Amino acid sequence: MSQFNGADGGFQFDLLERNERLKEKGYQVPVARKTGTTIVGLVFRDGVVLGADTRATSDTTVFDKNCEKIHYIAPNIYCCGAGTAADTENTTALVSSQLELHRLNSGRESRVTTALTLLKRMLFRYQGYVSAALVLGGVDFYGPHLYTVYPHGSTDRLPFVTMGSGSLAAMSVFESKYMDDMSREEAEKLVYEAISAGIYNDLGSGGNVDLCVITRGQTEYLRGYAKENERKFRKPQGYSFPIGTTSILSSRFERSFVPTPFVSDPENSSTMAVD
Amino acid sequence: MWKEEQYAGVSIPNDCLPFTTEQHMLGTTIMAVEFDGGVVLGADSRTTTGAYIANRVSDKITPLSERIYCCRSGSAADTQAIADYVRYYLSIHQLDLDDLPCVKTAASICRELCYSNKDRLLAGIICAGWDPLYGGQVYTIPLGGTMIRQPYSIGGSGSTYIYGFCDAHFQKGMSREQCIDFTKKAVALAMARDGSSGGVIRLVVIEKQGVWREMIAGNQLPVISAE
Repeated sequence: MSQFNGADGGFQFDLLERNERLKEKGYQVPVARKTGTTIVGLVFRDGVVLGADTRATSDTTVFDKNCEKIHYIAPNIYCCGAGTAADTENTTALVSSQLELHRLNSGRESRVTTALTLLKRMLFRYQGYVSAALVLGGVDFYGPHLYTVYPHGSTDRLPFVTMGSGSLAAMSVFESKYMDDMSREEAEKLVYEAISAGIYNDLGSGGNVDLCVITRGQTEYLRGYAKENERKFRKPQGYSFPIGTTSILSSRFERSFVPTPFVSDPENSSTMAVD
Repeated sequence: MWKEEQYAGVSIPNDCLPFTTEQHMLGTTIMAVEFDGGVVLGADSRTTTGAYIANRVSDKITPLSERIYCCRSGSAADTQAIADYVRYYLSIHQLDLDDLPCVKTAASICRELCYSNKDRLLAGIICAGWDPLYGGQVYTIPLGGTMIRQPYSIGGSGSTYIYGFCDAHFQKGMSREQCIDFTKKAVALAMARDGSSGGVIRLVVIEKQGVWREMIAGNQLPVISAE
């Protein structure tokens, strides 16, 4: 099969070719779902706190009001993702699986720098076309670590970081309130405030606040740490419309896509040639 | 003046912000100076994505081996990848050599990577350090991938503002302390004039005895003129 040729693991770009063909024929090209996002990370006294909003958008439509943006990498390492949802999910899953095998081989706990190196090597190889902007955090043998990884493969190590379209709002909270050596409670509160700033001030961010607190030997995934955008009212008995509520004025059926008919031509067929 | 469509098209929240698509740049001031017995390396600490400062305390002076460091300018992703490769090649070379690698070797590996991938990379590197054979040396590898040894070298977007200062104040045979002072002043001047340089000054001194680091905070930069 042609789609398996030349692909020795990793990503396939067949759909890119398909999209080019669709564009050529004048059809609308499908767009990837991007996550306008607020994601943050913070180092505190004995670990790291990761935070994320839960809105996934496609153009201006909210596609998912409660998606998960904090991805599992290892029991002691998690990773927030911004950018194209498919890319962040797949890159984190790929690295997570590589680390699992590495743990089984070495019998040791995974280190955050290992995850970082695997991520940055992969993203650099794809020259920014895999649009995953990540906040990587975890606690290992050497203590707590927090990094940002950009789609082109550059990385930064900092005590507090923000990413995504809501990063400016979140960073303004961190820059005004961050302190060294905070307690777990203080850190959780500050991360929650930073994500809230993103949710309220950035169009691309919204929904709930998810947190992930990683300390030595313990990881707590606090899904729905704060739910400030719950639906206020729901009609108790729901909505039901009897058939015929909308009257049909006229109807017409049409084939929307006419495939090019395959013309069999034995004279010029190279695939059918027999000696 | 305002058209209806402009009001209607409220958002495009993420695509208009360049964070996920634009490359990370080290709009930079970097420099290195040779002195008898070692080198001084200096850099600012600003990393930008477009108009946003992605990191205000970054470290652009990266170790390649025990006594060889490099100053990085250009694309952050490209220069980090280059430094990772050079560090890897040098670590293996060091095992074969059973001694500290030469600065020229490190610079040559940088040059080879920069030259053979010149159409894919955006990297301006100053490679400097100390080795037992030739002492302190500074090599600069600009965009095209050539390698030049210089008594001192400046690089990055901020360097254009301090060519005059450096020409006027560089002297042959400056002492370790004079070189540190020269580097501090030059980087501070560049940071003051270049919008994409700023933050803190990072200094590294490499000599036979060891490597010494200093950080000069943004509010303690040397005051040069009356401001």
